[in-house]
Amino acid sequence: MSTSTTKSAIPESNYKAGADGLLLEVEDLFVEFHTPEGVARAINGVSFDLRQGETLAILGESGSGKSVTAQAIMGILDMPPAVIPSGAIRYCGQDLLTMNQEQRRKSRGPEISMIFQDALSSLNPTFPVGWQIGEMFRQHRGMNRSDAYAQAVRLMERVAIPGAKDRVKNYPHQFSGGMRQRIMIAMAIALDPAVLIADEPTTALDVTVQAQIMALLAELQEERQMGLILITHDLGVVADVADRAAVMYAGRIVARAGIEDLYAHPAHPYTRGLLESIPRLDQKGQTLAAIGGLPPNLTRIPSGCTFHPRCRMAQDICRTEEPALRTVGNQQSACHFAEEVLNG
Amino acid sequence: MSDTVASTVQPAAVEEVGEARSLGQDAWRSLRSNAMFWSAVLLIGLFVLMSIWPSLFTKTDPSFGNISNVRATPSAEHWFGTDTQGYDIYARTIYGARASILVGVLASLTTLLLGGVIGVVSGFYGRWLDALLSRITDIFYAIPLILGGILFMASFPNGPNSNYFIVVGKVVLVLTVFGWPTIARLMRSSVLQVKPNEYVLAARALGASPWRIIRSHILPNALAPAIVVATINLGVFIVVEATLSFLGIGLTPPAISWGVAISDALSSIRTYPHVLFFPSLFLSLAVLAFILLGDAVRDAFDPKSR
Amino acid sequence: MGKYIVRRLLQMIPVVLGATFIIFAMVFALPGDPTSGKCGERPCSAEYVAKFREEHNLNDPLLIQYGKYLGKFAQGDLGTNYYGIPVKEDLAKRYTITGRLAIMAIAFETFIGILAGVLAGVRKGRFVDNLVTVSTLFVISIPVFVIGVFLQYLFGIKWGIFPATVPSLEASTFSLILPAFVLGSLSVAYVARLTRTNLVENLRADYVRTAVAKGLTKRRAVGVHTLRNSLIPVVTFIGADFGALLGGAIVTERIFNIQGVGGYIWKGINSRDGIAVVSTVTVLVIVYLLVNLLVDLLYGVLDPRISHE
Ligand SMILES: Nc1ncnc2c1ncn2[C@@H]1O[C@H](COP(=O)(O)OP(=O)(O)OP(=O)(O)O)[C@@H](O)[C@H]1O
Ligand code: SF4
Ligand SMILES: [Mg+2]
Repeated sequence: MSTSTTKSAIPESNYKAGADGLLLEVEDLFVEFHTPEGVARAINGVSFDLRQGETLAILGESGSGKSVTAQAIMGILDMPPAVIPSGAIRYCGQDLLTMNQEQRRKSRGPEISMIFQDALSSLNPTFPVGWQIGEMFRQHRGMNRSDAYAQAVRLMERVAIPGAKDRVKNYPHQFSGGMRQRIMIAMAIALDPAVLIADEPTTALDVTVQAQIMALLAELQEERQMGLILITHDLGVVADVADRAAVMYAGRIVARAGIEDLYAHPAHPYTRGLLESIPRLDQKGQTLAAIGGLPPNLTRIPSGCTFHPRCRMAQDICRTEEPALRTVGNQQSACHFAEEVLNG
Repeated sequence: MSDTVASTVQPAAVEEVGEARSLGQDAWRSLRSNAMFWSAVLLIGLFVLMSIWPSLFTKTDPSFGNISNVRATPSAEHWFGTDTQGYDIYARTIYGARASILVGVLASLTTLLLGGVIGVVSGFYGRWLDALLSRITDIFYAIPLILGGILFMASFPNGPNSNYFIVVGKVVLVLTVFGWPTIARLMRSSVLQVKPNEYVLAARALGASPWRIIRSHILPNALAPAIVVATINLGVFIVVEATLSFLGIGLTPPAISWGVAISDALSSIRTYPHVLFFPSLFLSLAVLAFILLGDAVRDAFDPKSR
Repeated sequence: MGKYIVRRLLQMIPVVLGATFIIFAMVFALPGDPTSGKCGERPCSAEYVAKFREEHNLNDPLLIQYGKYLGKFAQGDLGTNYYGIPVKEDLAKRYTITGRLAIMAIAFETFIGILAGVLAGVRKGRFVDNLVTVSTLFVISIPVFVIGVFLQYLFGIKWGIFPATVPSLEASTFSLILPAFVLGSLSVAYVARLTRTNLVENLRADYVRTAVAKGLTKRRAVGVHTLRNSLIPVVTFIGADFGALLGGAIVTERIFNIQGVGGYIWKGINSRDGIAVVSTVTVLVIVYLLVNLLVDLLYGVLDPRISHE
C-alpha cells in the first residue's frame, strides 16, 4: 500500500484559505424554483462566511431554505427548476458560481463535501459501502480498485466502524442507521475537504446515536481543522458543538449570533419561538407549537417583515417595511424591535 | 415571566397554508390540464360513438360490394376507396369499430372483475386461500396470452353462420381466461401494501365486516393501479383480437372488423396499400388512445412522475 | 441459493401440471375427425380409425387420457404425432431456429431498447426524448403482424435487402435479422419506455444526488449509479415478456415462413394433431418458467437487497 500512496500522491490544492483562515463567503445569494405553480423564492439574499476550524450552525424550521443553501454551495441543485439569479459563493476567494463545470466538479470532495440526512437513501443500495467510499479515490486520485478498498478500510476504521476490514464489502442495508451515517461521514472526509456541510446529519437517528455522531463530527473537525456547516432543526444538538449560528426564515437570515448569546439572549422573536419549542422539535416537519401558523408559501411571501403574520410583537411598520439585518449588542437581528426583544 | 415567547407569538394565521387535498382530487387537478388526456378521451369518445351508432358517420351500406369497382383509390364518392370486394372502405372502417371496441371494453371489464376479486380475496384473507389462489394465478399466468388465445380459438372455430355476438363473446372469453392473472397479481400486492396500515387495523379491531373494510379502505387504494393497467390492456386486447383475425381464427367474415379488414388487405399490400392503411390507422389510433389514457391517469396518480 | 433453486423448481411442478391440463383440455376438445384426409381421397376404413383411436387413447375420458399422457411425458416421452413421428424428433430439428430467433429478438430488446431508453431519459424533454416517446408509441399501437408484413414487403421484396422468407432450418443469422426484429419490436418499445421511466425516476434519487456531491463525472453518476438500479425492473420485464415472445413466434414464423417451433404448433393446430400441439406448448411453458427462474436469480445479483438464501 505504501508504494501506491506515492504513485497517487495527493494533488496540490489550487485553493488557499484567505487571511485569518477565511474559507467560504456566501454573498447576497438568491435561489428561485420555477415551477408550474409559480416562482418559489426559496433563498432571498443570504450572506455568511466560514473560517477554518469553525463550526457554523444554520437553524430554522422545515422549508426555511437550509438545504437549498447547502445544495447551492455544493452545486447540486437541479437546474432547472432551480435558478440562481444573483449572488456569489466564494471558496478561497474564487466564485464557485462562475467557475467552469469541470473545475467545480473537481472541487466536490477534495475541497467541499457534504453529508446528508438519510444515509440509507443517500447511499447506493446496489454497491458495497467500501466500493462507494473508495470511489472518491478512484475518481479524484485515479487509484486502482484494491488500493481504493484499502483506503476505504482505513476510513471506516477512522469513523469507528467495528470490524471494518470484514465489513468493507457489505451493502448499506446490512448496517444500522448510526453505522450508515458513519459511512457517509467516512465518504465525505475521504479526501480531506476544507469545508464539510452536514445537512441534518442526526435527524433520522436515535437520541443516543445522535450524540455519538455529533461527537464524531466534532472530533474530526477538530483534528482536520475543517470549516463545518451544521444544518439542523435541533437546537439542543448544536449548543455544544457550534461556535456561531445563523437563523433562517423564509429564505432569509433573520438572526446571527455567537452560540452562547443566541441561547441566552435571543434578539429576534423567531429565535425566541424556536428556543421555546426545543422539546417539541425532535420531529422533522412538526409545526412549532410555540409559534402559531406555518412558514409562508414561498410563491407569495408576505410584505414587510416576512415573519409578521405569525409574530405577536408585529406593529404596522412590520407589515410595510422589511427590517434589515443589523447589529444589536454583539449579535445581528432583522427585526424592527430587536432591542426590545433583546432586553425584554 | 409574563413576557415569554408564547406572548410574543400569535395564534395561527393559516391563510397561506396549502389546503389538504385527497389523492383523487389531486390527480383530477393534474389531469384536467393535461392535453394528452383530453385528446385520448376525445378519440375514445369518437370510437365508442362509432361502435354504438355507426350510421351517424356514414350512410353507405358496409356490406354492399360493387364487384365492378374493386380496389378503387380514395375519391369523393369513396373517401377511403374500395377494397378487394368492392366494399366501401370508409363504411367498413366505421362499422369495424364495434368489434374492436366491444372486445376491448368487455375483456378489460371482465379481467378487472375476475382478477380484482381473486387478487383482493387472496391478499385480504391470506393463508391457505392465498396459497391456493396464487398457484391458480401462476398456472394461468404460465400460458402466454397469444398462445392460449390461438389454442382456444382453434379448438372452438366459428361456423360459417356463427352469430356475431357469440364470436365476439368467445374472443372476450379467451382474453379473460388468459388475461386476468396480471390484474390479480397487481391487486393482491396492492392489498398487501394497504392491509398493514393502521386505519385498516383499527377498523378491524372495531369489528368492521370484511366487506366494509375492503370497500372503504382497501379498494380506494388498490383500485387505481388496476384500472390503469386494465385501460392499457384494453389496447393490448384490441391488438390480440386483430392478431387472431389475422391468423383466421378470430372474427371471420362476414363479420366486419378492423382485424378482418387488415388481414384481408395484407395480401395485396404491394399493389393496393390504401386498402391496408385506413383500417390499420383506425385500429392504431384506438390502441394509442387507450394507452395514452392509461399513461395519463397513472402519471396523475403517481406524484413522483410529476 | 441451491436450496432456493430447488424450492422454486418444486413449486413449478403444480404450475406445469395445471397449465398442461388446461392446454390438454383445450386441444383435445378440438372438434373434427383427426383421421380425415389421412387415407387419400376416401374416408379411412373403420379398422384404421379404431386402431388410430386406440393408439392415441381417444376413447378414454379426458382425465384418463391426461393421466396416461402425463405418465409418458414424465419419462421424457413427448408422444408421436399423427404421422407416427416422435414429437421429440420434430422439436429437436426445429428448436434451434426458434431459439436463435428468440435470442436475437431479446438481443434487440436489450440493446436497442435500453439504449433508446437511456438516451431519452438522460435528455428528458429534449428532441431525442420526444423522438423515442413518439416512435415507441407508434410501434406499440400497430399490431406486430402489420409491422411484420410491412417490413417484409419493404426490406424483403421492394428493396431486397433481407430475404423475405426464411424456410430453411439452417438459415443464416443475417436472414433472421428481419424476423427477429419484427418479433422483438413490441418489446423493444416497452423496454425503451420502461428504461426511460425508471432512469428519470432514479435520477432524482438521493443516492444520485450523493454521487454528484462526491464530484463524480456526469457519465459516472448516470452510467454507474443510476443505470444499475434502473435496469432491475427492465430485467424482470424481459423475463415476463418472454412468454409473449413465444406466442409472437407463431405469428412471426408464419409471416416469414420459418419452420420453427411456432410454425410447428400452427401446423399441428391446423392438422388437428393434438399430441404434437400439447407436447410442444408444454415444453414452451416449461422453458418460460425456467427463464423466469433465471431472471429472478439475476435479480438477486443486481439487487443485493434481495436475498435468495
Ligand atoms: N426542487 C424543488 N422544486 C421546488 N421547490 C423546491 C425544490 N427544492 C426545494 N424547494 C423549496 O424550497 C424551500 C426550502 O427548502 P429546503 O429544503 O431548503 O428547506 P429546509 O430548510 O432544508 O427544510 P427541512 O428542514 O425540511 O429540510 C421549500 O419551501 C421547498 O418547497
Ligand atoms: S420586524 Fe416586526 S414582525 Fe418582524 S419579527 Fe420583528 S416584530 Fe416581529
Ligand atoms: Mg433540509
